[in-house]
Amino acid sequence: MYELIKNLGTWLTSGSSWTGTDGIAHRLAEHLQYSLLATLVAAAIGLPIGLLIGHTGKGAFIAINLASFGRALPTVGLVVLVFLAGGLSMLPVYVALVALAVPAIVTNTYAGMTAVDPDVKDAARGQGMRGHQVLFQVELPLALPLIMTGLRLALIQVVATATIAAYVSFGGLGRYVFDGLAQRDLVQVLGGAVLVAVIAVTLDLALSGLQRFLFRHRTA
Amino acid sequence: MTIDWSWIGDHTDDLTTLTVSHLQAALSAVFFGVLISLPLAVVAHRIRPLRGFLLGVSNILFTIPSIAIFVLLLPISGLTRTTTVIGLTVYTLVVLLRNTVEGLDSVPAKTKEAAKAMGTRPLRTLLTVEFPLALPVIMAGVRIATVMSISLVSVATYIGDGGLGQLFTDGFQRDFPTPVIAGVVLTILLAVVADAALVALQYVLTPWKRRRA
Repeated sequence: MYELIKNLGTWLTSGSSWTGTDGIAHRLAEHLQYSLLATLVAAAIGLPIGLLIGHTGKGAFIAINLASFGRALPTVGLVVLVFLAGGLSMLPVYVALVALAVPAIVTNTYAGMTAVDPDVKDAARGQGMRGHQVLFQVELPLALPLIMTGLRLALIQVVATATIAAYVSFGGLGRYVFDGLAQRDLVQVLGGAVLVAVIAVTLDLALSGLQRFLFRHRTA
Repeated sequence: MTIDWSWIGDHTDDLTTLTVSHLQAALSAVFFGVLISLPLAVVAHRIRPLRGFLLGVSNILFTIPSIAIFVLLLPISGLTRTTTVIGLTVYTLVVLLRNTVEGLDSVPAKTKEAAKAMGTRPLRTLLTVEFPLALPVIMAGVRIATVMSISLVSVATYIGDGGLGQLFTDGFQRDFPTPVIAGVVLTILLAVVADAALVALQYVLTPWKRRRA
């Protein structure tokens, strides 16, 4: 156990494991690239849906069921399935990561929208605001903290799950986990796992700090 | 992509075994998760300073990727079912702990005072007043934790376990979609059935909620 931790420390700190196309720096960049792109696509899909459901109050039942359906969907199975259907490309990975991120974004956006005080919306309408004005000038700003929480949760989940890109022979930090498993090299496996965990936790802390800073004037 | 129905027909026994093993892993994790989070939630609810600490720790544990948790456990518990269950249990904690604390918070102070005024001891108040009233919120957490665990079991396929997840590896290695489709469909079915069963359980456990409806 001690030997393992010592080797892990050596692997993580030696300059040679950080450089080159198989180096940690490159794998880290790949990992972040997959995660950010998938989360952006998921936001482009999930935000309008969440806002629309929250604004109109219609389709909430679907949104809630979509969320539990999304939670039930096995990501590994989805990746393999799209891979077998579409062949070797990054598409399966992105499909799976987007499918994972959309429910969190939709449900949190919707939750943020429903948490807006109905009296405030009434007041906005009473002042003669139109539907889209109420949505963009009143509801959206008030719902923003919860919407950001949704985006943060989605990104963290995606970062944690982007390891599967390596399962279908692409890069990212999952490379170390799967190559290590195949080579029975526990140091490499643990190294990859630790790195993924560290960036997930760091991103989570950084983004929740940013959130607290941005909304520091709000009481609720 | 076509489904080879004859493969499914030939492998019903295997599919049943994997489904049972899958469900067993997920339910064990939720069971241990509840067992751990109930006392922790009571502590977090009663002792305010510990509340932020406990919820914070469970939040950080939740951000660790599932594959990483399984792998990190390898030196301790090896390629076994224990590793799967410990990993999944860690994941259930964040939802279970948060919901149980919120459930206990939602019990009206007046109700607790009434129990105290009637001479009910603290432990008895907790068991017969607070937990039952917190049950709907706790059960909401149990439902999320269960569905999540059922979906996550398949990740353990990388460490040689994983119930229905083994069908994904199998299909992937042989370039054969049928087991993968069967695995995905069975996982979702399992989640839906387990969720419905928990809704039914909650209905049975909270008879006072029915009269109002």
